[in-house]
Parts: sequence; structure tokens; C-alpha cells
Amino acid sequence: MASEDLQVVPIRHWGRWVVGALILGLLALLGIALADAQILYEDVPGFFTHEIMLGGLVNTVILAVCAQAGAIVLGVVLALLRRSPNPVARWFAWGYIWLFRGLPVLLQILLWFNLALVFKFISIPVPFTDAFVLHEPTNVIITAFVAALLGLGLNESAYMAEIVRAGLNSVDPGQIEAAKAIGMTPGKTFRRVVLPQAMRVIIPPTGNNFINMLKGTSMASVIGFLELIHAANRISSGNLEIMETLIAAALWYLIVVSVANVGQYYLERAYGKGVR
Amino acid sequence: MTEPLVRAHGVRKSYGSTEVLKGVDLTVDEGQVVCLLGPSGAGKSTFLRCVNHLETIDAGRIWVAGHPVGFVLKGGKLHELPEREVATQRRDIGMVFQRFNLFPHRTAMENVTEGPIQVLGRKPAEARREALELLTRVGLGDRGGAYPRELSGGQQQRVAIARALAMKPKVMLFDEPTSALDPELVGEVLDVMVALARDGMTMIVVTHEVGFAREVADHVAFMVDGAVVESGSAREVLDNPQHQRTRQFLAKVL
Repeated sequence: MASEDLQVVPIRHWGRWVVGALILGLLALLGIALADAQILYEDVPGFFTHEIMLGGLVNTVILAVCAQAGAIVLGVVLALLRRSPNPVARWFAWGYIWLFRGLPVLLQILLWFNLALVFKFISIPVPFTDAFVLHEPTNVIITAFVAALLGLGLNESAYMAEIVRAGLNSVDPGQIEAAKAIGMTPGKTFRRVVLPQAMRVIIPPTGNNFINMLKGTSMASVIGFLELIHAANRISSGNLEIMETLIAAALWYLIVVSVANVGQYYLERAYGKGVR
Repeated sequence: MTEPLVRAHGVRKSYGSTEVLKGVDLTVDEGQVVCLLGPSGAGKSTFLRCVNHLETIDAGRIWVAGHPVGFVLKGGKLHELPEREVATQRRDIGMVFQRFNLFPHRTAMENVTEGPIQVLGRKPAEARREALELLTRVGLGDRGGAYPRELSGGQQQRVAIARALAMKPKVMLFDEPTSALDPELVGEVLDVMVALARDGMTMIVVTHEVGFAREVADHVAFMVDGAVVESGSAREVLDNPQHQRTRQFLAKVL
């Protein structure tokens, strides 16, 4: 029996064909339904590039980037405090994370926005004099942007603190010893050895959170900040084309999130050096 | 003879209620190679880590190149130094670890230049030229662009030796440098260490390689349960051990 003469018959996956056909059929039905829906698709491009919509887009991106950037800086500080040998620092960081992670973002935004109800002025006095570094009415300082920035950023910093802490914990203690052994100071050790390696663990969840942040800026519409949702509402208040303006806003969200995905890919590649 | 380069006296160290070093004495003269032998858990590695203050000693003193490592002598007392200043002292003390501890995100070349550029403030071009010389010396002149994971264990350990040498240390500490290696790779690392010893480097080596100790050690100290039970020239300790634990140990490893 010459084995090279025997033909091999691969197993047929009939089930896969059935499931595939089922999915395509359902998608086709959905497409038919959407084509039949009372949506003025021809108006969407106009709303997509509407001046107000573009303003909302810019505000959304600025708010998300500023809040995330602040959250990352604060998160690193909080993570270091949580790992500190000082029990007061550890206790403070734990309490901060408990508080800002525990409250809904929308509630935090509203609290900041209404700060003027309890503090009329925000002041930073110069010690031992009557002079002030800062002395302004709260209403002037806490604009809708600042309230949204504080609400989103402080909440996010609590999450970032945990992400950064996990990243720092993932670095082999032998790396710190090796850095010490060549005479590196604690600061250099952190910047040159620990942080670059922790970044591999920190970046994926941070990218995830940034995408959440981009969408979370929509909550600032509640306090009248002109981001994408508020822009869509403002356009539709005149022409009542609510669905059409929301679809235009939805397209922008998908585009911005896709760009963020690409950025994350390149960051991961840069910090994956020597590992992948 | 001048002042010994490393002088340890009555070094004690505890973790919680367990005393791992119970008064260790050791002197190492410039250019000497000292091997620390002994069973696992004897405190050899802990003692070595005290020499560059990776561990803080509880009592006794360790002087390296005229300084009490990790401390400053003021008013008849040893005051512990902040990490920043200990870092300056550590420049003189190279260390090679059992698990290599190369920086995985940097190439072999970058691992070697990291200290000279970041700590000593040397010019990158100059540091790279010297690093290439060092990598060539450990037989890896052509692997400078490789990341640690692309190198075998023996090659990684040789890069780690080059990284330590790049700081131009006065003394080199080796913490079981061949224990994590496949048996066939041990030789290439030992060869580099033998060459280094021949070039007159002062070395303290924690090892289980009795053959290496016999070949290059000027002095061998045998440690058991946190204390040096026997020490002397390699020939004295290895060929004519007096202490019973030394005899038992040598009978097993030889």
C-alpha cells in the first residue's frame, strides 16, 4: 500500500456556511430597513461640515486631549504616592482614588460647574501680606470648559493611577537594582529604566480609556459646552433634523476614535522595542 | 601594603527576626580576586549586595575605596546617605547579577553606554567607541545592535559584564554569574572573568564554580549560616579544608 497515493479529504465545515449566510441575510434586511427609513441622507454631508459641527469637533478633541493629558500626569503622581513608603501619602492616594472613581462623571462635572454657589471667589493669597496671586470670582474661572476639564480629568486620573501602578509593578525589581548598580540616581532610574518598560503595560488600557474620554466629553453638553452633541443639538434646533445631525456627529466620533486607534498602534510599537 | 580596597568588619543583617549575616569580616586588596563559597542560604549574595548598599547593613561597617558605603562618618557615627549620594559611591562598584538584568528595551550597545552617558555625562560618540572596545573584549563586538532577548544567556551575561566595566569601577562584584546559565554556556562567561582577573581587576565573586575559584582566586572565604567559617588562599581552603562544613560542601560539588 503506497501511502503517497492516498488522497487527503479535509473536513467540510457546513455549519460555517450556514452561519455566514444567516449573518449576511440579516445585514441585508437591516440595509433595506435603513434605506426605507425617513432619514434625509442627502442633508448629512452638510451637517457633517457645518461650521458649528466643526467647532464642536475641535472643542471635543481639545477637551479630551487636555483632560487625558492632565489625568496621565496626575495618575503618575498618584501611583508614586500609592507606592510610597510614607503611610500618609499612601493613605491620601487611596482616598483620592476611592472618591474620584466612586462618583459618576456627570455628577462631578455638575459639582464643579456649580462651585460658585458655595465659593464666590477663588483666591490664592501671598503669605504674610494682603496681596493675592489670584483673586477672581468663581464664575469667571469656572467656565463650562474648566468644569468639564476638572470633572473628566480628575475622574480619569483615578483610573490612570491604577493603570500606572499596575505598569510600575510589572517591571522586574532586578531592573532597578541594575540601574542602581551603574550609579543611576532614583530619578534617572525611574525615567530611563522603569517608566519606559512600564509603558508597555500602561499604553493599551490608556488607549482604551482615551477612547472612552473622547466619547465622555459628550457629558459636557449638559452644562452647555459646545462639543459635538451640543453642536448637533444646536443645528437641529433650527431645522428639527435631529437624526441627520446626530448621524453627522456619530461619523465624527467614529473618525476621531479611529485616529486614536492608529496613534495607539504606533505608540505600542515604539515602546515594544526589544520585546516583540 | 596600602589600605585594602574593600574592608568589611562585623557585618550584620536581619530580615525580620531572621539574622542572615552574623558578623562577616572580609578584606580585599587592590587587584585581588576573592571567591565566596558556601551552601545556598549562607548569606553570600546578601553580603555581596551589602557591599554596594543594595541592602542596608544593621551593624558593622563596609569600607570601599576609603568610603563607608551608603554612609558618611560624622561625629563618630555613621549617618545613612540619601539614595542620590549613594548613587555616586556606586559608580566605583560594578555589579554583575545572576539573572543578568540587562535593560530589555535597549540594545547591547545602549546597555553598555547607558551608564557612561547618563551617569558620567560622557559624549555619546566617545561612549559608543569605548563600549565597542568593551563588547569586543567580551567577544561580542559584532552584536552591539542586538536586543537582549536576541542573545543567549551567556552572551547576555557578557554584555552585563561590559556594562559594569563601562563605569571603570574600582571593584567588580559577581553574584553567582553563571548559575542561571545552561551548562554549555558557563565556560564563555568564566573565560571573560578569568581574563578580567588576569588584567588585574579587583573582584569579589559569589560562585559555585570551584574550578574557577581554584584557577583565579587569591583568596577564598567559605560561608555557612551567615558567617565566614574558613578563609585563606584557594589552595588552603580547597585542597586542605579544616572545617567540617567546608569538607562536606566540597565533597558534594567536586
